[in-house]
Amino acid sequence: MSTVSSKKSASRKVAQSNRLTRGGRINRNKPLKFSYNGKTYEGFEGDTLASALLANGVDIIGRSFKYSRPRGIFAAGAEEPNAIMQLGATEATQIPNVRATQQELFDGLVSNSVNGWPNADTDLMSYIGKAGGKMMPPGFYYKTFMYPESMWMTYEKYIRKAAGLGRAPAEWDPDTYDKMNHHCDVLVVGAGPAGLMAALTAARAGARVIIADEQQEFGGSLLHSADTIGGLPAAEWVKGIVTELQRYEDVLLLSRATVNGYHDHNFLTIHERRTDHLTDRAPLNMSRQRMHKVRAEWVILATGAHERPLVYANNDVPGNMLASAVSTYIRRYGVVPGNKLVLMTTNDDAYQTALDWKLAGRDVVAIVDTRANPTGALIEEARKLGIRLIPGSAVIDVEGGKRVHGAVCCSIDATGSKVTSGKEVLTCDTIASSGGWSPVVHLSCHTGSRPVWNDEIIGFVPGAAKEQRLCAGAVHGVYGLGKVLEDGVNAAQQAVAALKLNQPEVELPSTFEPVKSPAMALFYVPHVKPVSRAPKQFVDLQNDVTAGGIALATREGFESIEHVKRYTAMGFGTDQGKLGNINGMAIAAMTMGKTIAETGTTIFRPNYTPVTFGAVAGRDAGHLFDVKRFTAMHKWHVEQGAEFEDVGQWKRPWYYPKAGESMHDAVNRESKAVRDSVGILDASTLGKIDIQGPGAREFLNRIYTNAWAKLDVGKCRYGLMCHEDGMVFDDGVTSCLGDNHFLMTTTTGGAAGVMEWLELWHQTEWPELEVYFTSVTDHWSTLTISGPNSRKLLAELTSDIDLDKDTFKFMDWRAGTVAGVPARVFRISFTGELSYEINVQANYGLHVWEKLFEHGAKYNLTPYGTETMHVLRAEKGFIIVGQDTDGSVTPFDLNMGWAVGKNKPFSFLGQRGMQREDCVRDNRKQLVGLKCSDSSVVLPEGAQLVDNPKHPVPVPMLGHVTSSYYSPNLGHGVAMALIKGGLSRMGDKVYAPLRDGRVIEAEICSSVFLDPKGERQNV
Amino acid sequence: MQRFSGFGLAKHALSHHENWQRMWRNPTPKKEYDVIIVGGGGHGLATAYYLAKEHGITNVAVIEKGWLGGGNTARNTTIVRSNYLWDEAAHLYEHSMKLWEGLSQDLNYNVMFSSRGVYHLCHTLHDLREGERLVHANLLNGIPNEMLDKDQVAREIPALNCGKNARYPVMGATVQRRGGVARHDAVAWGFARGADALGVDLIQQTEVIGFRQSNGVIEGVETTRGFIAAPVVGCVTAGNSGVMAQQAGFRLPLESHPLQALVSEPIKPVLDCVVMSNHVHGYVSQSDKGDLVIGAGIDGYNGYGQRGSYNTIEHTLSAIVEMFPVFSRVRMNRQWGGIVDTCPDACPIISATPVKGLFFNCGWGTGGFKATPGSGNVFAATLAKREAHPLAKPFSMDRFYSGALIDEHGAAGVAH
Repeated sequence: MSTVSSKKSASRKVAQSNRLTRGGRINRNKPLKFSYNGKTYEGFEGDTLASALLANGVDIIGRSFKYSRPRGIFAAGAEEPNAIMQLGATEATQIPNVRATQQELFDGLVSNSVNGWPNADTDLMSYIGKAGGKMMPPGFYYKTFMYPESMWMTYEKYIRKAAGLGRAPAEWDPDTYDKMNHHCDVLVVGAGPAGLMAALTAARAGARVIIADEQQEFGGSLLHSADTIGGLPAAEWVKGIVTELQRYEDVLLLSRATVNGYHDHNFLTIHERRTDHLTDRAPLNMSRQRMHKVRAEWVILATGAHERPLVYANNDVPGNMLASAVSTYIRRYGVVPGNKLVLMTTNDDAYQTALDWKLAGRDVVAIVDTRANPTGALIEEARKLGIRLIPGSAVIDVEGGKRVHGAVCCSIDATGSKVTSGKEVLTCDTIASSGGWSPVVHLSCHTGSRPVWNDEIIGFVPGAAKEQRLCAGAVHGVYGLGKVLEDGVNAAQQAVAALKLNQPEVELPSTFEPVKSPAMALFYVPHVKPVSRAPKQFVDLQNDVTAGGIALATREGFESIEHVKRYTAMGFGTDQGKLGNINGMAIAAMTMGKTIAETGTTIFRPNYTPVTFGAVAGRDAGHLFDVKRFTAMHKWHVEQGAEFEDVGQWKRPWYYPKAGESMHDAVNRESKAVRDSVGILDASTLGKIDIQGPGAREFLNRIYTNAWAKLDVGKCRYGLMCHEDGMVFDDGVTSCLGDNHFLMTTTTGGAAGVMEWLELWHQTEWPELEVYFTSVTDHWSTLTISGPNSRKLLAELTSDIDLDKDTFKFMDWRAGTVAGVPARVFRISFTGELSYEINVQANYGLHVWEKLFEHGAKYNLTPYGTETMHVLRAEKGFIIVGQDTDGSVTPFDLNMGWAVGKNKPFSFLGQRGMQREDCVRDNRKQLVGLKCSDSSVVLPEGAQLVDNPKHPVPVPMLGHVTSSYYSPNLGHGVAMALIKGGLSRMGDKVYAPLRDGRVIEAEICSSVFLDPKGERQNV
Repeated sequence: MQRFSGFGLAKHALSHHENWQRMWRNPTPKKEYDVIIVGGGGHGLATAYYLAKEHGITNVAVIEKGWLGGGNTARNTTIVRSNYLWDEAAHLYEHSMKLWEGLSQDLNYNVMFSSRGVYHLCHTLHDLREGERLVHANLLNGIPNEMLDKDQVAREIPALNCGKNARYPVMGATVQRRGGVARHDAVAWGFARGADALGVDLIQQTEVIGFRQSNGVIEGVETTRGFIAAPVVGCVTAGNSGVMAQQAGFRLPLESHPLQALVSEPIKPVLDCVVMSNHVHGYVSQSDKGDLVIGAGIDGYNGYGQRGSYNTIEHTLSAIVEMFPVFSRVRMNRQWGGIVDTCPDACPIISATPVKGLFFNCGWGTGGFKATPGSGNVFAATLAKREAHPLAKPFSMDRFYSGALIDEHGAAGVAH
């Protein structure tokens, strides 16, 4: 840090040199300390960071994006382009790009400017900006950095370093965010005069009202207004209205709440900052920010207007400000941001700024009015105060570097298109400018309604409403306090009428309306030099877009306003062009000889002002990002030290390592235990859908590829499901519980998709079938015992189910009692062993599971996880849909043509698809087994297979390994693969060239490696 | 054509940049062209450029209803990669990738193609298996692709949460290091400038409202500025392709969906690659300007409104915060939507149609940007020879009758 600036800041800290001794809505009894760029300052409760910095005489708050020019605070609200700060006292609470004009001051606030090296006051990059600026017109980067080609990534590294504003924290966000959903009759956006009157009217009619405003206090422009309403100072009047609104139960008042997005069907989002004005980190048990998601019957936009700055040379030197912002700082914060003011205006309204400045006891050097003969009440008042008025003139240039020293003033012609006199330099330190008002049309634009140019008010107003949307006040060009208040009432009355409520009594308070003369349309202040040669005349301060840049863009053929925007980056900043866009569009129109109406606007999109990612995510973050699903036996698995696998949302035991065991050891032990005696699998995660109704059977016929007409009660059947294209997408066993009652099982990951699939077909294609689907996955625990001793084990726990092999056959199910609990027992098998799937009400799951272990110890009952399940099913060649299939595989490709019913009376899903020419050709990829020539090798899953690994790239591929495991029961690896024409290539050798350079040789074989006749499950 | 270079910039600075030429003319449409391209987006402009450059066909018009590059080109998140699974798709996208490499020099327009690497995260055993399959297939097709374990991923993407505490912990990733991003508008403008310089007429603010045909043969297009004749018409209208096909009298197996994207405010460099996750479902990169550029899936319903539903934005940011908890306090600046034309097999249609002389190039769904040069290149060849370029052949619309689909849902993954 340079000693000079430290000295300066030391004096500032004491002085608050720009603070008035009285006035404003700040609490002088509550001083707050804050730091900016490492130095401590003092402000007061009620300040924004911007007003506090101005009070302390801080001129430079950052450097510009492209040319590194010094910049100061320009505005007082959401439209601020320059005062973009890094906030945060700790690493975890860093926030990039906070607008100082919208950040309330709190004690201990830590802020830093985002650009400038070594600091914002003295930035070395500015020399590059000065020297190279001429070589950096819009789009310069498209014209250079191309040669040599290899250098681009290096150039780009430096471009990236120079770009960006603030920085992301390096630590995790310690705060939480939440959301609320609302419905209301009327949502009023903005709590200025129009919004307050609208809300009041709607509230008195008994409507459910939400009124939201981005500021900490309601009142909008009235908070810094010199007006009186109903005989009261405006701010006092506001207080009365707010007090009344707070009395209504059905009125929700949201301050510090920005309506940031307006979506279809009158759905709006409100971003409420609940704690950003209190501390760095949200207080304990309080969410930092909240998104309100509102579905409104009627929306009343009362978002007001932003003042439009004037575009003149060097209009970015610190000390150049919006006229209304200067008034705001004086009247609302008791801060005069300078000593000697020059005001340039095209309209009467801005005269108030000169009056405010004068009343604050400082010097108004001159009012430069672009109009030749301004008349009106405020003008008279200025004259009376002895302020010098220079009509028919403009400030065409600015003297000064780090702060304004002088305003270069010249006469201009009546249309404002050229300079008509020599210059006079007015010595000053502040230049306030006003080019009139731009209605805040952003939200209406979100709905797809293009803004419409209105010559009378010299601004764009919202286009025709696409939703039940009304406007009140300045947002649609209604100006003048009395008219605005009345407009608020009118808008609400329209909504009240549409809502069929009784119109309430609302009396319009009295206001004073000064006589005003017409404003002048001026979007570009001429310079003695043409636009291409004049000093930089900034249009978009944040992105360093100049009038000359816009002219160049149109000259190069970028004629659509969207092209101009994209080529120059106008409106690309965090302010989305709130200040600059209208001037820029007008300048583009001017250079092309078109009207503004012809040129039109770019599209404003959400967000109105930026919204924290965390707030949009809400509580769906961290451990709540996606629900975790656990089975009823989960606790037991954890206690046994199981490792878990994510399958869909489920946590499934993957394997159960014992002390000192590797995964390989554990899986070998588990696999052998099943084949040798008995193992147990928690299969509760398999999807279960209860299907009932007279149309159930026919529905199954159409959904599954095989036939269901003759399945008897008490029987189970395996089925494949295909999409219309004939490709397999799920499988499972469905059991007949009653004539019109079935229980379908699906894959774990596919359950939800199958449920949607059934509903889709039922609701949209086959509504004539009376059938009902209920997901019962969570209702049942499924305990699969598998292995030669499974019958013996089960027999010990049931007395009412006859387990005799000839009466309770493979693919039968029985109801009865297991371990004293009502159960359905299914004799089906995914291991090829004698197996029973015991389904009990989920709450009994753990009880039955533990009972099985009580009795199973003597059979070495072994829990096994998904990995062992995979090994055992692969030994048998059973497929896993999604692993051995990928959406390109028909039942025939899987060698499962037996599961396709050829004689079904009604077609089934996929039948036509799988009969297409390409689906019945030879040489399709078919599922086969693979045995490695070296039996100690296990092929990696995902390996591609080729005939000739020495073939030059691209190597023709035959297919890939879908499943592959070491089989402890067989003593070698077993693999399944999809291979072109595989079923007719038994015994052929294929090769897997691996990414690590190895090539593995394997032989095509049957995918059934163990017990090909299926004898083990039929005992 | 004025040549662009750093030297040129310096020279023009001396004359206050007053002497730059227009990048393209604003021509009045002629009565007849050899080829008409309907749609002045990236793909259409690239088609025109390659028609003129590689096939010497310069009597060409590109007819655009709005402004050049104003559709999905203007709205996308610019990811470029070629790591597709199936041979047909892999070869097509790799053809495009090779054109990206050197495109700035070919066009003499810096499209800012930046090979900063595209990572696909694996969060489950299934993801790992599919990753292995993809990498092996790519390598054998001559497309470099790598598989990383989770420690490598953590080293290469420091901002990413690779911890075990994540809901779906990162288990590994594939990375295509040649992949990256490009400056989307510049791609359209570069092709436009190149095509214009070779004589192509770029006709903006002119809508094609019908196809004139006689006995099943194309004769030209009806536009808002009258009839324009051509014996060959290529339609490259992305989300509007279904509507155009209807005007020509046939149907396409396309669904048009809204696809949304969003950006953060510009921040200092924090992410120097593209990170995609099919499972957590979102992707993010950081632009040269500093914005985090973010997207996820399409909106489920069909529609032609260039806006989507807020819940998609919520899910997207929830996924991004899950992958990058350090981004939670970063703020979202802007969201927008486009219309994507999705095919049942997540692959494009580059095809002759039932109308002789009328060709369609569409169905790129959520990932067409990466294909811009390749798509234009093979479509130009197709229009020039009136028969499919060998790389385009598998993408004929016949495949929906024959069943020879190229199912890239896996590799296409999260929309991008």
